Amino acid sequence: MIGLQHYLTVSALLFSLGVFGVLTRKNAVSILMGIELILNSANINFVAFSRYTSAGLDGHIFVVFSIALAAAEAAVALAIILGIYHRLQTIDVDKAQELKG
Amino acid sequence: MKEPIVSSILFYIFAFLTLGSAFLVVYLNSIMRAALSLLFSLIGVAALYALMAADFLAAAQLLIYVGGILILILFGVMLTQRIYTVQVFAGKSQVIPGAVVSLGLALCLIVSIWSQHFSSQGHLENLPTTGRIGQLLLTRYVLPFEVASVLLLVALIGAAFLARKEVK
Repeated sequence: MIGLQHYLTVSALLFSLGVFGVLTRKNAVSILMGIELILNSANINFVAFSRYTSAGLDGHIFVVFSIALAAAEAAVALAIILGIYHRLQTIDVDKAQELKG
Repeated sequence: MKEPIVSSILFYIFAFLTLGSAFLVVYLNSIMRAALSLLFSLIGVAALYALMAADFLAAAQLLIYVGGILILILFGVMLTQRIYTVQVFAGKSQVIPGAVVSLGLALCLIVSIWSQHFSSQGHLENLPTTGRIGQLLLTRYVLPFEVASVLLLVALIGAAFLARKEVK
């Protein structure tokens, strides 16, 4: 019988895979994909708690806003990555070291 | 009654799809293949939403994440790669410390999840959620709803401004 803890386990494993992607990848778009995995794991947590406890639909509402914010954040992050690519001709995050504009 | 068996099997299939694709996202060296693995991972998450009777969220996940954000990421990949050269630099650095940290994190989370005693929910209802989410968004959560619209407008303008070409 699948319960709350099974979904929380899936979410925890997805979160740790996303953290591994953010920590080890050199490509900026790969780091963005790891961040999307982390956001999805948190969303699974919200929906699981909304389903298996008496919390009502508050978890679903939070996931609606989380998806909207993830879309906005992905758009801005990719605009920044495009700006870095125009400036440095690469998106290796190890090469983007100077703070001066 | 065989309904819990079918839903249990479906849960394990979708969980394996999601986690396997997520592992491929962070492991593969080719960015295009990693983006396509992210596609399957997001579809697996939408399937898990559907298993938890979150019908609106499953559809919204497919529409926005798969149909919007993933396409945006693919555009980003194709605009920033010199796909005609051989060298693919999407490698990994410092894999061992990263693996230690993420494995430790996963162990801590799983141990704390399974050592809790959550009260078992008696009867799970499978009502459609779209109408109720709509009512909540316009009555109790109207302020975050309006603020989110303003935030999306700001993000739209900001992203268009950041990605413009300089006209000399």
